[in-house]
Amino acid sequence: MRLLEYVILLLVGAAAPAVVLSRDPKAQVVTLSFYGLLCALMFFIFQAPDVALSQITIGAVMLPLLILLALTKMRRQNLRREREGKK
Amino acid sequence: MSARVRTIFFLCSAAGLVAIFIWGFLDLPPLGDYRGPYGNAVVQIAVYERHATDVVNAINYDYRAFDTLGEEFIFFASVLGVLLLFRPTGTDDKGDKHKTKLEDALPISDALRVSMQAMVGTMIVFGVYMVTHGQLTPGGGFQGGVILASAPLVVYLSGDVKTFEAIIASPLIKLAECGGAAGYAAIGTAALLFGTHFLTNIIPLGTTGDLFSSGAIAVISAVVGLEITGGFVLLMKTYLREIVEERLGESE
Repeated sequence: MRLLEYVILLLVGAAAPAVVLSRDPKAQVVTLSFYGLLCALMFFIFQAPDVALSQITIGAVMLPLLILLALTKMRRQNLRREREGKK
Repeated sequence: MSARVRTIFFLCSAAGLVAIFIWGFLDLPPLGDYRGPYGNAVVQIAVYERHATDVVNAINYDYRAFDTLGEEFIFFASVLGVLLLFRPTGTDDKGDKHKTKLEDALPISDALRVSMQAMVGTMIVFGVYMVTHGQLTPGGGFQGGVILASAPLVVYLSGDVKTFEAIIASPLIKLAECGGAAGYAAIGTAALLFGTHFLTNIIPLGTTGDLFSSGAIAVISAVVGLEITGGFVLLMKTYLREIVEERLGESE
């Protein structure tokens, strides 16, 4: 059981820089979602299933979704602005 | 600020942070060593006092229900804020046509369509289970609400856009959002009518382990589930409408 704790801590520690270092926002959403799942697994291994469930629903599902939707909106706005500039 | 100065600045502050971090770590209690007397006391008496086997929710929805009420209204206010910022203005487009018109057919594979359709039922059942069993097992209204709110999105991903539109256009969504928030406050106020303090657990506690047990904890978990479901569906609806309107403006 102790071994599992160390493994998950290492994984979370390795995944956090991966989120920061992925520069493309779209790729970052995917790594963030994966990092959220790892965090949830960590909470579960450390015997906090309630927190793990919140983490899965918010960190791995809703947060990436809302970021993706906001990114789409921003990209479209930029496209429109560019086109208006050209006209 | 040049890149060189910035790097030096970063290295200095990073070294400082690492030093403070290590200093802080040296005095940490060992793993599993819990030093809060309040936590131990609650774990000892919660099942006996509140007939709720999930002590976390006994704390969230009873012992510190007032804090959770505040959190619920933080969520409520943020959803209202998003709705207010993205409200349809109706000035730039011709007429006041602000119907969310999504594409009728999404370009998705059969594999995605079938697996998503198979998932919808399971998700709804799991979400309802989570909302209603908050007092017995890990989970509760918040987690279950988010699961329930993502079910319409899975319907959308399965390519059934018409059903998705019917779900997000339903007035029941707004009713769930507002009714959930109001319900929580109403449960709290009901206690005042019985001459006790705000949010006192006045509902009969029932048998420990039964679905209808733990009094107000189960009821609050259910209304929180309603509010979260409504709130997140409203958020998704608002964002999607924004994106679709942008797309329509683009194609014109």
